[in-house]
Parts: sequence; C-alpha cells; structure tokens
Amino acid sequence: MSTTKKITAAAVGLGLVTLSACGSSESGSGDASADSKTVTLVSHDSFAASKSVIKDFEKQSGYKVKVLKDGDAGQAVNKAILTKDNPQGDVFFGVDNTLLSRALDNGLFQSYEAKGADLILPEYRVDQDKHRVTPIDTGDICVNYDKSYFSKHKLTPPQSFDDLLKPAYKNLLVTENAATSSPGLGFLLGTAAKYGDDGWPDYWKKLKANGVKVVDGWEQAYNEEFSGSAGGKKAGGDRPLAVSYASSPPAEVVFADPKPKTAPTGVATGTCFRQVEYAGLLSNAKNAKGGKALIDFLVSKKFQDDMPLNMFVYPVREAAQVPEEFVKFGPQAEDPETMDPAKIADNRDEWVKSWTSLVLK
Amino acid sequence: MDLARTEVKPRDRAGSAARLGLMVVPVAFFAVFFAYPVTAIVARGLKVEGAWQFGRIGEVLAQPDIRHVLWFTTWQALASTALTLLIALPGAYVFARFDFPGKQVLRAVVTVPFVLPTVVVGTAFLALVGRGGLLDELWGVRLDTTVWAILLAHVFFNYAVVVRTVGGLWSQLDPRQEEAARVLGASRFAAWRKVTLPALGPAVAAAALMVFLFTFASFGVVQILGGPTFSTLEVEIYRQTSEIFDLSTAAVLTMIQFVAVGAILAVHAWTVRRRETALRLVAASVTARRPHGAGQWALLAAVLGTVAVLLVLPLAVLVQRSLDAPGFGYYKALTGDDSGVFLVAPIEAVGNSLEYALAATALALLIGGLAAAALSRRPQAPGSDRAGRTPAGRLLRGFDALLMLPLGVSAVTVGFGFLIALDEPPLDLRSSWILVPLAQALVGVPFVVRTMLPVLRAVDARLREAAAVLGASPWRVWREVDLPMVRRALLIAAGFAFAVSLGEFGATVFIARPDNPTLPVAVARLLGRAGELNYGQAMALSTILMVVCAVALLLLERVRTDRTGEF
Repeated sequence: MSTTKKITAAAVGLGLVTLSACGSSESGSGDASADSKTVTLVSHDSFAASKSVIKDFEKQSGYKVKVLKDGDAGQAVNKAILTKDNPQGDVFFGVDNTLLSRALDNGLFQSYEAKGADLILPEYRVDQDKHRVTPIDTGDICVNYDKSYFSKHKLTPPQSFDDLLKPAYKNLLVTENAATSSPGLGFLLGTAAKYGDDGWPDYWKKLKANGVKVVDGWEQAYNEEFSGSAGGKKAGGDRPLAVSYASSPPAEVVFADPKPKTAPTGVATGTCFRQVEYAGLLSNAKNAKGGKALIDFLVSKKFQDDMPLNMFVYPVREAAQVPEEFVKFGPQAEDPETMDPAKIADNRDEWVKSWTSLVLK
Repeated sequence: MDLARTEVKPRDRAGSAARLGLMVVPVAFFAVFFAYPVTAIVARGLKVEGAWQFGRIGEVLAQPDIRHVLWFTTWQALASTALTLLIALPGAYVFARFDFPGKQVLRAVVTVPFVLPTVVVGTAFLALVGRGGLLDELWGVRLDTTVWAILLAHVFFNYAVVVRTVGGLWSQLDPRQEEAARVLGASRFAAWRKVTLPALGPAVAAAALMVFLFTFASFGVVQILGGPTFSTLEVEIYRQTSEIFDLSTAAVLTMIQFVAVGAILAVHAWTVRRRETALRLVAASVTARRPHGAGQWALLAAVLGTVAVLLVLPLAVLVQRSLDAPGFGYYKALTGDDSGVFLVAPIEAVGNSLEYALAATALALLIGGLAAAALSRRPQAPGSDRAGRTPAGRLLRGFDALLMLPLGVSAVTVGFGFLIALDEPPLDLRSSWILVPLAQALVGVPFVVRTMLPVLRAVDARLREAAAVLGASPWRVWREVDLPMVRRALLIAAGFAFAVSLGEFGATVFIARPDNPTLPVAVARLLGRAGELNYGQAMALSTILMVVCAVALLLLERVRTDRTGEF
C-alpha cells in the first residue's frame, strides 16, 4: 500500500514539475511581451527585411523588434482575427485588398495615421476617414510565360485575358485554386474586374474548354507544373503559362547562381490584377506606442527601398527606389485590373463558390 | 471461492489506485493541451451568444460536397491501409526474421519517409509517378492525377509503421513455438496460422489502425497529389478554418472527425482485448537468421526491390536535386544569413529542430510511458478475467483510446485551438518555446503507448507475481521484470517519437515562433518563394532533414543491439 502511495506521489510530483516548468517559461515570456521596449510585428511567412535595416530602426527608436510569421497570408489574417482580444503582437502587416474587409469588419485594427502617410502614392490609399490601415507594398498577380517554350515553338506569348482563350494556347496554362490560394483568387478577381460580375463565369467556361489546369497552391503551380521556373524545370513541368507574380521573373534572376543575363520567364502584362498589402495597429496592442513607431518605419524611405528585393514587391512610397532587376525583368503593369475592397468583400465568397462548381466540378 | 475473493480484494483495490495514480499526469496533459484547446475552437465556431448551434450539424451534413468528402476520406483510407499491409507485411517478416548485410541502415532508411514533411514528399513522389517520372519513362504510365498516386504515397509514408510495429514484435516471438507445432504434425501454414498469427494479431491491428488513422487524417499528400479534385475531411477542415474562415462548418467537421476516429479506436480496443495473450518473448538477435533456400532469397529480393523503388528512389531524387548546383552551392547558401527570409541562417533550423524534437521526445516518453504502464496493469485475481469491467478498468480502457485521438484530429484545429485557449495566465504559452514540443509530443505519445503496450501486456503476469511473492515492491517488479523485457519497445518508441517530432509540420506550422523555424517549416517557407536558389535550398534542407532522421534512427538501432545483447 505504502509503495502504491509512493508511486502515486511520484507521478503527481512529476506532473507538477512538468506543469511548473511550463509555468515558469510562460511567466518569463509574458514579461517580455509586456515589456514596452519590445515591439512585436505579426505577419505572414513571406515577410522579409534586411537585418541592417531592422537594426537601424532598433537603434533609432530604442525598441527591440520581434517578428512572428504566422502562416500564409490568409492564415495570418484569420489567426489575427481569432486572437484580436488578446493579440500576439502590436502591429499586423500583410493583409491585402482581397481580405481587407474581413480584417476591418472584425475590428482587427485601431486608428493610426502614419507619419509619412502623405508620401504614399494616392492610388493606394484606402480607409481615409478612419486610418485603420496603411498601405505598405503592392504587387501584380499576372500570368508568367516560359520564354524558351515560346521561342522554340515560334509562338508569340499571350498578352491579355482574351489571348488565353485562343486555340494556340490550349492546354498551356496552370493556375491555382481560388478557394485556397491568394494568387488564384487574385486571378479570378482580375477576370471579374475585366469581364464584369456577370461576364466572368462565361470567360472561365471558355478557359476550361481551352484546357486550363487548376492545382491547389502556388507552390505546385509554380514549382511543379510551370516549365519556366527553376523548380518546374527540375520537376519536368510542362505548362509554359502559370499564374504567379509580376516579380517572379526578377526572382528567377536574383536567386540564380550565376545570374543569367536575362530572365527565363516573362509576364503577360494584360493579365494582371493589382494586390496591395496593408499594415495596421492591432486593437488591444500591448505596446501601442512602439507599434506606431513600427508603422512609421514600414512606410519610411529606408524600409521601402529595402523591401523590393526582400519580399519581391513594389514600394508604395513616392520616389522610393525600384531595383534595376525589377525594371528590367518585371515592370509593373501599366493598366492592371483593380477592384474596390468593399466590392471584393461583398462578392468574394459567392464568386469563389460559383467558380469552384464551375471550374473544379 | 468466497474466501479467495476476500483475500484478493484489497490488493485489487490497491492495484486500481496505482493505475489511476499513474494516469494523473497523462490525463492532465491531454486535458490541458488537447481537450481544452480543441473544445475552445469548436465552441468558437458553434456557440453564438452562449448557445450551442447544433442545428448547424444537420445543415453541413446535408451538403453534397461534404458528403462526397466524407465518402472519399473513408474509402481512400481503407484502400490505403489494405495496400500498405499487403506491401509492408512481407517487409515486416523479412526485417524480423532474416539477417542480411545493411539491415540496420535499411531499417532506418525505410523510416525516413514517415518523418518527412509532406510538402517535400509530394515533390519527391511526383518524380516517381508524375510526368517524366520513372513509371512514365519506362511504361508511359502517369499516376499523378489519379487516386493511385495518393494510395502509393500513403504506402510510402506508412511502410515503416507496419515494419516497425509488427516487425518489432515478430522478431521477439520465439520461433520454437512454431517449430514445436510443426513437429507435432501441423503444416507450415497451419503452424503459422495457429501459433504466429494470433500472437501477432494485436501488433497487426495496432499497425493497421495507425495506418488507417494517418490516411484518414491525410492532409499534405492529398493536397499536393490530389489537387483540388480530391479532398479529405482534414483538407476540408483546413480550408474552412484557414482559408475560408467558416469556423462553424469547420467545427461541425471536427466533431464528425472526432466521432469517426472515436469509433475506429473503440473497435480497435475491442479487437485487441479479444486477442491478448501472454507471449513468450525472446531476444530479437536469436530469431533472425540468414535466409536459406530459393524461396527465402526470392522473398528477400522482392522486399528489397519494393523498398528500393517505392521508398529509396523518391528520396534519391531529393538528394540529386539538392546537389544540382556546382560545388554544393545550395548547401553553402544555407549558411548565409543575408537573405532576410528568416532573419537567421536557414541552417540554424537544424539546431532548432533537434532541440524541439529532444524536448518533445522526453515529454512523450514520460507521458506515454506512464500511460502505458498504467494501461498494462490489469487485476490478476483468480476469476477476474472480467475484472476489466470494474469502473476503474473501464475508465482506463476509454483512456487508452482517448490517447490516440490526436493522431486523427486535424492539426489546424489543435494549432488554432492553442492560439485561443492557451493565451491567458496561468497558461499563457503562446509565445513560449515549450508550445512547439508540446504540440509535437501530442502526436508522439500515441506512438509511445502503442509501441509499448502490446509488449508490456504480453509480459507473463506470473513473472510479476513471482517477483511480488518473493518480496519485490511494485516499483522493483516493474524495473526488474517489465523494463528489461520492454527495453527494445521503449527504444523503438523513443525513436518514433523523436522522428515524428522532427518532421512534425501540421501543428508546428500553426504556432508562430520568432526567428526559429523548425526544419519542415523552413523548407515550406523556401518552397513558397520563386527562384532557383530558394528551391535548391529547400531540397538541401530536406536532404539534411532526411540525413538527421536517418542518423538518429540508426543510432537507436545500434543502442538496441547492444542492450538486447545483454540478455
């Protein structure tokens, strides 16, 4: 009997040790996040910045920056909304125009007008009366083409949405599931902007008849199916057209060793949908003051100049530097399709549903 | 009879108390780190202003899409399990009974796929069955758009589950029992069917159950190889939670998953109880011998051939792709920290992963070991075969099944649950490093329990009784009777828990950590960016993950041989 008790006591003891071990590490980190000297940025996995630029901000402002990368763009937003009463950080960066209304309607952000907001190009400004979000970067979702395929087949690459329906491009395009992938959704919204609320289903019917392939995510489309990317070449991808970003061709140059003289891929400039990413001060942020300083930093010239080659996006600030690779291999579309975030909010779920039954079933 | 019973009762009660005592830690662990977060996220989806909206269940189930998902989830899991058993059971036999050069290395190698993140495996597997893959080049067969790709990938992933779970026990079955049956006139098949098969039953059931659970909850494989047309329950929960943000549909689906997995586990518990017998276990080294005769050599060759094509080849493709740059270029790039993607050099993910995995293994061994020890003790009083019917016994049996639930429950549910449940003192763990090992231990514990329990239960109770009669305390009985016999199972359990933790991607990816991604998370981030160097680095990191896993598993194999050599 007594030994039984001993075992029980030992087991309980072990449990207490385990729990108290958790407890102690918890209180330690709890202090750190409440520390007004730390400011926490919550973002998606694609967030990237040069170390030196962040160091500069830390030195200047006196805050230590902690970055939490919380999954892909959609996940990060959803998680931020789930935890908005007790947020994981002070600033959220990375909600784009396709999901902006979800964040605003759920009260994710509090008002703050960033210093330097007046230097942001006017076409990107939104929510002008409340200033809950600040535009940080922009990028175009466009069809990319494999240059060598088209020169080998003596074919002009498509330039517009209409071109993609031509028999010459039958079975060449791969895109992403609009229900699960951000570029997939962007491409769908691009067609909706181009052909109208009633016209886009017809366009997709024709696109389906012309052999568009739909995969679940950007990784599969770009790294497996697309014949023009480094990954796709190795995987034996056989689709010379893929929905990706306008900045993908420069990435193919920058991340190659040795760097080629020209990008292996190009952009069909008439198929672009413009994405804008915003940052905002989280409601219930523990370090609101630090958060404000961080947002100022995100629109500062230093960060905006540094951003393109880290995240492969374009700056939104007037006169920010655009790297040479971007100008050469991935110029911004002159007349991209755009859509008002409020309109996206009203239609997104319904369109995705009809798109799913139209294209996937 | 009456007299006997009055004598037995106090000891019986003490035994129950001891068992319940051992259960305290595992119960607390699962309540806090599994039941509570999952309930929290389900409640967030189904509770509107304090009232449960159970009407949603009917609405969701009425959707044809959802029904299609349920049907596909079930049949592909059944088919995958059958196929895995068919292909892997001969492998289990060969690994258990034959001695051949390179066996240890090979046993470690076949386990590597099991722990690789699915993002990577999807890539590798496409190289086998996809366009321009081996099958395509040899026979012009492409499976990448068919359900066969999913089924074969499931075999690829779960081969090791069968080989290790079944093979582990098989190698310790005394072959002399089967030989005795043959001497007494039984045919080879009859001897196998009547002696070996019943003894293997629980292990085969355990393995089949695990494979079924994994394939039922299959996520990455289906997402990558199935494309948008094939969707399992787990994929659907992920989409509803993470992309569409329809938490109420996700909550209903989670509940359906719970019920389904619970039912499977209950059936399993029942079949196992019916087949439990004390086994004569011997050291594995005694039972393995060199194959002799054409038949045995042919079997060995067939198994090795299968392993080479189905398991080694896709892995080899990864290695080859990681070496595509001249002078190990991709590996060198991993040490550079100027990329800004991680704010640390990608290579540091290796260290992070090892630390997390070690912590998770320790947690899983502690929790799982205590649970297995408690579950293995059954009152051994005369006439008490049915003593399992006592309330305590029933509770324990229920818990046995409960421990396995995390394997069949969506990682996104657990991950999101952590976010909203563990956010306030005294359990504000969201920004604590321990959260990652905790999530990993959740999937490690069932492995520890399942690997150890069949062996613990098979220990002849009379040995314990003899020790107790000779004056040994329960602790000493466990240490000197049980422990030596289960050492091997313990090591296998540790190996599995470690490897699973190393490759765990599901829940880990939903927990944001500053600056210190694990290997699978780092691989996924690299694959999420365009450009050759990123892709190459992802392949190089995957290769490192593979090698680290293989080395860890190989070390365990070595330790095992040394120890089993002692008795």
